[in-house]
Amino acid sequence: MAEEVPKIKIMKGATADLSAATFQIHDESHTIGNALRWMLMKNPKVEFCGYSVPHPSENTIQVRIQMYDKLSSLAALIQALSDLDDLCVAVGDAYDTSLKTDSYERWVEQS
Amino acid sequence: MLSLDDPRRHVHVRAERVSAVSSTDYPGHYPDEDHSWNLAQFKDRMSVKVQRLSQKSIDFDLVCVDASIANAFRRIIIAEVPTVCFEFVYVFNNTSVVVDEILAQRIGLVPLNVDPDVMLRRTDPSDQPTDRNTLVFKLKVACEHNPAAPKGATAPSQLYINHEVLSGHLQWEPVGEQESVFENNPPRPTNPNIVLTKLRPGQAVEMDLHAVKSVGKDHAKYSPVATASYRLLPHIILNPEKPIPPHLAEKFQKCFSPGVIRVDPVTKAVSIDPVGVRNDSVSREVLRHPEFEGRVELKRIRDFFLFNIESEGPYAPEQLLPEAIKVMREKLDTIRKAAEALLADTQAMDVDMTMS
Repeated sequence: MAEEVPKIKIMKGATADLSAATFQIHDESHTIGNALRWMLMKNPKVEFCGYSVPHPSENTIQVRIQMYDKLSSLAALIQALSDLDDLCVAVGDAYDTSLKTDSYERWVEQS
Repeated sequence: MLSLDDPRRHVHVRAERVSAVSSTDYPGHYPDEDHSWNLAQFKDRMSVKVQRLSQKSIDFDLVCVDASIANAFRRIIIAEVPTVCFEFVYVFNNTSVVVDEILAQRIGLVPLNVDPDVMLRRTDPSDQPTDRNTLVFKLKVACEHNPAAPKGATAPSQLYINHEVLSGHLQWEPVGEQESVFENNPPRPTNPNIVLTKLRPGQAVEMDLHAVKSVGKDHAKYSPVATASYRLLPHIILNPEKPIPPHLAEKFQKCFSPGVIRVDPVTKAVSIDPVGVRNDSVSREVLRHPEFEGRVELKRIRDFFLFNIESEGPYAPEQLLPEAIKVMREKLDTIRKAAEALLADTQAMDVDMTMS
């Protein structure tokens, strides 16, 4: 058995207070990377946020976060993850409501 | 703020380039404007509206979300919503013209109607097949002459019995508790008429097939959709200062997709059909004619996504977005748990350092 890869780790070069750090997230792609970057950039305490897929055949993304006021980038990351979760719930609810209550065209597709 | 005429929502489509592509709704972009994440405001502005639904496809609008979010849903629908497909093929006999590996590949692409929720995934290659993670199918077809063929017949369908191996020939063999689990919806291909190979008298195919659960990023055959795509809503702005001259109205109309431009039969005044404009191809033909210069601007709305999803597999088309949201939330949850554990670790380390 291969060694267990951590889902998320802090890469070399982070500041001691984690106000600026690069996180490596295993087994994720642009799907989560771009959405997470967007949500982090929505945080006014985030000075900079960017993500990259370092190599197409390596199954990881790297998310760089730099904070104002020496705040923790890890806390901002956790906050962004839970905000994204709220967003998903909101979109799902709006979709379910539309599907149930809106009037829309129904048609039969021939194959 | 939410009018389609708000210039901040516009992507400009010019003759030879597209500009204002990036969204600007970030804190710090506009002085004295907030733009930080606000769930209540997001819920208020965001809207989802189903437009069209058939038994195989769905069209819906997703409005006032960022492209990164819309794209995440699209990518998840294609690559990370699980389905069940044939993965292991055990060939006992294959005397057809199609060689074993090509035939196995074709069989792998056949969509099955199996609800992936009731199956477990075989994540490790060393996992043993069980009745919880594997479905067994048999394919046993032999071709022979049709003794009842009418005289002078030339069509293979009349001359021979089983001249084609079809997806409908795949026979499910229940194992263990599967008989009761799949009682109401026995596993079978969603389309029984897919031709897998052709046979002639004396040729035969006999195989055992194992279907397992996986996702589209593993192999495209596991993708639950034929297509999942979005477009941005086209938006056409006529310049009120320089209207289209009446004698050019029909030429102007022909520069767009049918149903986009309305021409008044009497006055020849030109207007945009608010429903028809959704189907414009934004071909930019109108920008090629010097007589229309300065009279019209082409835009797309940056946060107005027209989704089209065609389901091909076990999911009803309207189930796919909710499934994608479910997968997205599972992913976020996994990362958040890992991040929280990491936070606890770093805090424990800080305490250690202050103690020593």
